[in-house]
Amino acid sequence: MTDTTTPTASTRADVKAIPVRHPGRWVASAGVVLVSAMFVHMLFTNPAFQWSFIRDNAFSAPVINGAKNTLVLTVLSMVLGVALGIVLAVMRLSPNPVLSGGAWVYVWFFRAVPRVVLLILFGNLGVLYSRYDIGIPFDRQIANLFGLSLSGRFFGVSANTILTAFVAALLGLALSEAAYMAEIVRAGISSIEEGQTEAAQALGMSRGKLMRRIVLPQAMRVIVPPTGNETIAMIKDTSLVAFVPYYELFFQLQAIGSRTFQLFPMLVAACLWYLAMTSVLMVGQHFLEKRYARGTRRSTDRAEKKSLFKIWTRLPSNWGA
Amino acid sequence: MSAEPIAVQQTAAQPMVKAEAVRKHFGRLEVLKGIDLEVMPRAVMCIVGPSGSGKSTFLRCINHLEQINGGRLWVDGELVGYRQRGEKLYELKEKEVAQHRRDIGMVFQRFNLFPHMTALGNVMEAPVQVKGTSRNEARQRGLELLERVGLSERCDMYPSQLSGGQQQRVAIARALAMDPKLMLFDEPTSALDPELVGEVLDVMRGLAEAGMTMIVVTHEMGFAREVGDELVFMDDGVVVEAGNPRDVITNPQHERTQAFLSKVL
Repeated sequence: MTDTTTPTASTRADVKAIPVRHPGRWVASAGVVLVSAMFVHMLFTNPAFQWSFIRDNAFSAPVINGAKNTLVLTVLSMVLGVALGIVLAVMRLSPNPVLSGGAWVYVWFFRAVPRVVLLILFGNLGVLYSRYDIGIPFDRQIANLFGLSLSGRFFGVSANTILTAFVAALLGLALSEAAYMAEIVRAGISSIEEGQTEAAQALGMSRGKLMRRIVLPQAMRVIVPPTGNETIAMIKDTSLVAFVPYYELFFQLQAIGSRTFQLFPMLVAACLWYLAMTSVLMVGQHFLEKRYARGTRRSTDRAEKKSLFKIWTRLPSNWGA
Repeated sequence: MSAEPIAVQQTAAQPMVKAEAVRKHFGRLEVLKGIDLEVMPRAVMCIVGPSGSGKSTFLRCINHLEQINGGRLWVDGELVGYRQRGEKLYELKEKEVAQHRRDIGMVFQRFNLFPHMTALGNVMEAPVQVKGTSRNEARQRGLELLERVGLSERCDMYPSQLSGGQQQRVAIARALAMDPKLMLFDEPTSALDPELVGEVLDVMRGLAEAGMTMIVVTHEMGFAREVGDELVFMDDGVVVEAGNPRDVITNPQHERTQAFLSKVL
């Protein structure tokens, strides 16, 4: 080795420096450990938690049934919400003012009305209308103008058969979710640069194909993280359908709590149930995000195959996405 | 359009691209103020000029990425973007426009590769999705094209893993996969590091030698002189001077051409 300065054995050796000490971090860590220990202590020594009562009742048949309803409502309302959200987002970006205006009004209305209010509203629609008819608007009024008695209704059903508590709950959640999803999808679509659309157009792709094949798959990278947030929020918001009224997980746990005067343990059980469901969802989200991150990094995919544990280290960067 | 020698005589009569008094404005800004041009089949036309002179806009009008406001534009004898019946012009449906674009390849300054697909995926996409070619056939052809641009061993890489020059070569292969009769190049080397420009120009030179009809908006005067059959100098939305590249470059007639060339040569 030829150097400008004469290398000695000590300069050629690997760098073995004393690392900088971080006493502040140690103090803070000790504080966190202490508080955690106190919390765990409280969990297991305070008899008010009634762990055995929780164990005996948190998995009883009505609760399992309620949990099933929670999951079904979450999945269905998210599927409907996402589908309708994509339609609304595409409408919103349409050059036709009626389509984009319509989408705007929809989003404006359903974002403005609280979900609880919406759910109570849907739960009581049966009071307002006993029948639902599909037909020409203002049919009888127009017919009356000409002195005729015609009806432009094609078919109708009684409110009780179609608007069950389940349907009311699902509609309330899905319609309000669609408004939020529309904005998320719109942001995703807008994040794709115009060059992508132009390149696809130049190859002779139709608008629909260009959306499905080029724009949406790329937009998914922006759409998936907030959609994960929305799904987690939806799991929890299903507890609002008690106002329809429809029963789900929280409703059932609370019912047991009020019946046995053991409300607090049942609230703890609810926390644990929601924690478990949300955790499963986060794992799914991790894999979805990985799927849609294809081609966005310089590293090869093989280098990306690290443990799932990465989900924790990646969380902070995801918030910004 | 066939490249067989017999067909050449026939097609030589009709220009591949014909522009008559093409005008285009964005709002009040007039970008093209009446362009008249003709590009014969198998010819290479290079368009040069200062930025903002309208050369990219003109190129984008040819495959109807921009709608023209005046004049007429034909590609291979067919009116671009409209159908004429008597005196009236009818706007073409989106589907018909897309149909026309299939035959015109375009290469962009910023490559615009699809980042979520591999190099091969990019090349296969349009044949499979637009033409309905089978995946096997498209893969075969895609590998051939990547080989042709010297990238067969990188077919499984994503655009983000390729250098600018490699990305642009994939973009050329992607355009060629649709078997276009005309290739449009919009400043294909302007976004590249100087040492990568050569590899892209080499591919383009090969295409020209194979008889592809090309319109190239470029700042590469060397390429224009060696490969181009015609050089067009545009400034401020008009064609200032056009002719044999050597003549225009060595002996520019117009003052504005002289001023421009003295800056870029």
